[in-house]
Amino acid sequence: MIYREAGQFKTSYATDQMMFPILQDRIFMILVIAVAYLIPLIANEYWLQAVLIPFLILSLAAIGLNLLTGYAGQLSLGTGGFMAVGGYMTYKITTAFPDLNVLIAVLLAGLLAALVGLVFGIPSLRIKGFYLAVATLAAQFFILWLFNKVGWFVNYSPSGTITAPPRTLLGIMVTGPEATAPVRYLVVLTFLAFFALAAKNLVRGRIGRSWMAIRDMDIAAEIIGIRPFQTKLLAFAISSFYCGVAGGLYVFFYLGSAETEAFDIALSFSVLFMIIIGGLGSILGSILGAAFITMVPIFLTNAPPLIGLSMPIDLQKHIEVMLFGSLIVFFLIVEPRGLARLWQIAKEKFRLWPFPH
Amino acid sequence: MEILNAFFVAPFVDMGSDYIFFAEVVIAGVLTGVMYSLVALGFVLIFKASGVFNFSQGVMVLFAALTLVGLMEHGAPVWLALIGTVLVMIALAFAVEWVMLRRLVNQEEIVLFMSTIGLSFVLQGLGEMVWGSNVKALDIGIPSEPFEVGGILLNEFDLFAAASGAVLVGVLAVFFHYTRIGRALRAVADDHQAALSVGIPLRTIWIIVWSVAGMVGLVAGIMWGAKSGVQFSLSLIALKALPVLILGGFTSVPGAIVGGLIIGVGEKIAEIYWGPLFGGAIENWFAYVLALVFLLFRPQGLFGEKIIERV
Amino acid sequence: MKIKTLILAAVGGVVGLSGVAVTSPALADGEQFIPMLVYRTGPYAPSGIPVANGFRDYYKLVNARDGGVNGVKLSFEECETEYNTKLGVECYEKLKNKGAHGASLFNPFSTGITYQLIPKAPVDKIPILSMGYGRTAAADGRVFEWVFNFPTTYWSQASGFINYVAQQEGGLDKLKGMKIAHIYHNSAYGKEANPTLEVLAEKYGYDLTLLAVDHPGQEQKATWLQIRRLKPDWIFMSGWGVMNQVAVKEAAGIRYPMDHFVGNWWSGSDADVIPAGKGAIGYKSATFNAAGDGFQVHRDIVKYVYGGDAAEAKKNNLGEVLYNRAIVNAMFTVEAILTAQGKFGNKALGGEQVRWGLENLDLTEARLKELGLEGFTRPVKVSCADHETGGPIIIQQWDGSKWSMVSDWIPTMRDIVRPMIEKAAAAYAKENNITPRDCA
Repeated sequence: MIYREAGQFKTSYATDQMMFPILQDRIFMILVIAVAYLIPLIANEYWLQAVLIPFLILSLAAIGLNLLTGYAGQLSLGTGGFMAVGGYMTYKITTAFPDLNVLIAVLLAGLLAALVGLVFGIPSLRIKGFYLAVATLAAQFFILWLFNKVGWFVNYSPSGTITAPPRTLLGIMVTGPEATAPVRYLVVLTFLAFFALAAKNLVRGRIGRSWMAIRDMDIAAEIIGIRPFQTKLLAFAISSFYCGVAGGLYVFFYLGSAETEAFDIALSFSVLFMIIIGGLGSILGSILGAAFITMVPIFLTNAPPLIGLSMPIDLQKHIEVMLFGSLIVFFLIVEPRGLARLWQIAKEKFRLWPFPH
Repeated sequence: MEILNAFFVAPFVDMGSDYIFFAEVVIAGVLTGVMYSLVALGFVLIFKASGVFNFSQGVMVLFAALTLVGLMEHGAPVWLALIGTVLVMIALAFAVEWVMLRRLVNQEEIVLFMSTIGLSFVLQGLGEMVWGSNVKALDIGIPSEPFEVGGILLNEFDLFAAASGAVLVGVLAVFFHYTRIGRALRAVADDHQAALSVGIPLRTIWIIVWSVAGMVGLVAGIMWGAKSGVQFSLSLIALKALPVLILGGFTSVPGAIVGGLIIGVGEKIAEIYWGPLFGGAIENWFAYVLALVFLLFRPQGLFGEKIIERV
Repeated sequence: MKIKTLILAAVGGVVGLSGVAVTSPALADGEQFIPMLVYRTGPYAPSGIPVANGFRDYYKLVNARDGGVNGVKLSFEECETEYNTKLGVECYEKLKNKGAHGASLFNPFSTGITYQLIPKAPVDKIPILSMGYGRTAAADGRVFEWVFNFPTTYWSQASGFINYVAQQEGGLDKLKGMKIAHIYHNSAYGKEANPTLEVLAEKYGYDLTLLAVDHPGQEQKATWLQIRRLKPDWIFMSGWGVMNQVAVKEAAGIRYPMDHFVGNWWSGSDADVIPAGKGAIGYKSATFNAAGDGFQVHRDIVKYVYGGDAAEAKKNNLGEVLYNRAIVNAMFTVEAILTAQGKFGNKALGGEQVRWGLENLDLTEARLKELGLEGFTRPVKVSCADHETGGPIIIQQWDGSKWSMVSDWIPTMRDIVRPMIEKAAAAYAKENNITPRDCA
């Protein structure tokens, strides 16, 4: 009843091609963002620091990977490596230029990650599908090895660990130990909101459409005049930029200090899980998937004590892991196209409600 | 000049001057490669017959080894424990087919891949819950004395492992080529629908393949578990099998073996002769780079089926 | 229908999740809360389980035998980290404000998690006791006010190892021209000993070869082929988890003389030598606590915690190397609280007060005897500037069924290690705009 598009007429191409063509969607979107900005008022530090900040940052990484895998159809397992480039380069830039705004440092590091992504994307012209994963895995292992080995990247710290130095923004401490969780949350949220909308905008335009054409059948796309090489490389570059920015945020606004182990292959896999569970080829899906993968385990950990169940901590963990696995399988059986698809179905139902026939 | 010399001349001079050691490096590479192949084989079997990239193969290796050791700890003799483990792996294949595969028929590859990730979480939790997280020594009486032949140090255990790998591949090759079920398996691998239409029961085939992959996992688990003890980390061995798998091709049993040998020998030579130039520990990424180089020439892997694209 | 159930499930999930932050079982006001970051599952569980059991049993013992610390009961809660940094941070956030006065201190038992917590400690006012791990530079108490890593550190340990080699070979001058290899886990932790070994190599003239093993370390053929060719006189190893077990097995496989193969104190637990079976006999490792269950404290634990059931205690790792190390750590924790009570009164204390206790800890031989720990570990006296104390190490050896001590307490080289620590701490202070406090 509320969610109806009857009466919303499109009188120009511009309105017809809007990011959110339906008024209610626009209102909903604005509401969600507004609520997200108000969350620090009610959430405590545990929620912000341990749950929401990693969720937002990984959402950004998942959007990046989804652009590459979901939209352009190029499977990548190098997310952790590209994020590491972002993290280490942000560190290098901020320590080399202490007066530079840390947010600019993050963006610059993202650009460097994009360059690296470009290089490792070159084999994609020749190699496809699961086989392409090898090129990106090579990136993953090589990049981490490099940061681990070459002292220059970590300013020759003997253990090879990087620590986010304290930096301010508009006079407020945003990184380093003194930065409060709400401040860091707001910075990260702003990044996510901006880049999620940018991605949404990107995929509805010419670039996004050429990516989808390549994904659906690259030979056909080539015949209608899309250059596969440039298109795929662009996808790698933009995706790696997103991952790089996410990596910078991961070190500076979440972990505070990191070694290469923070970006290991497990991270690459978990970002991939996010987009599959959330829905390939969907920006919203990336965020929903990130929520699923980051929050469900925390919920499962905290649930048994809540309902008064107490059991040995290892047994609880084993059950939690099994439940988590079963939930993944369950969701895939219910809706193989991901959580974003469920959301879409829900919207369809809502459109007809309360008169479904 | 000096750099060029260090990279392109010195390592080869080194190989030539100390050729006995070089031989030892190559042999170690071959033996390690076979060990990688053992893990890669499990992936190949399942991918061949059902098009599923089975992420949980590594955890299946762990699960099988844990079950074996667990049964032995409860006093079962080796042969009984082996039979018991095989039965458990078969039961697992049934369960996977019933709960997962039949509900996901015709889904995209990536969805099937993801479902096996869910499976790996379940198996990991189950295995540790039932058998505990401690390191367990695995000793089923494989000899492991080192001995020297012409200055080359060999280990009975490595030879035994390589031999059992070779036997396993031989048995699988015979099984695929000369038995009724084997032919059915190849038919399914070739074309699901055509196989169905000539009356090959798809689900039975899946159960058989997953059971066989479970047994291959058991063999891999025994070999790797004897080295490090049976523990959680055993499941991470799958990462070492990935470059092998990709290099050999997802669909080829001999590919898994040849791929394993190339990766095994390649990474050992690289680590020992070129590793010091880079500061060491290069073998992990080198394996992938090596696989990548091969793929640039053959995008479907060395023995994979040719990818034919039509508009 | 499907949609409806899913929505219901989602709503239920959200409601449940939102409850998490609100409800946490209230603790009695008079109890001293000690958080425990443990890893009973995951790849490092074989090491994590004895550690967690050791902590738990010692705290239980203090409550049961002494009725708490001066009558203040200890309450403790485990949080599972799987040795994963991200989960470690989550556990930290969850537990740091628990109890009437918040967490007393954190014992992360993971180098990665320690690195995460070091910057947070001064802000949250909760001290960290990273006993023999974590950031070595934290030994400089002027820069790292909130972090303690006594009784000794990786750098001191490496110098102690060199001292041990010299003892065995008949003097430091005999080191010249010797070949020593360091096999290390390719991570922040594994690399810790490298700078010290390099500095000492320069000074004493031995040949040092550094061999990195990548995580997880199941495949080390290349490393051991290099060892076989190099034939080093001594091998030092900084390994962790599965890497240790494989290394010991491979060393036996190439017939390397095991009594010249010395692990650091995280490479010499009971789990590390079991898979290699007989091959591991003779393997040595450094440690700073005794092995075995023959001490008074063990008899007390069996009596008070397990009600006399020695078999059950054995099942819970009583007397294993890492169990004993956890006892040392738990004992330091309790003694620090006791010290702090001397100043602030016999009541439950907050993090700031416990920090004072850690910094003024003076554990004497007599006190150790009182605790039933005579000969178990060495006395420790912490000070404002020195959070490490550079305590001695001892070498233990595996005889096929148990670890036993085979050396005296070996001193470390304070004169070399301390300047390195101060330099590293100064670099950290500069990068993070910290003004070192004055300890004079």
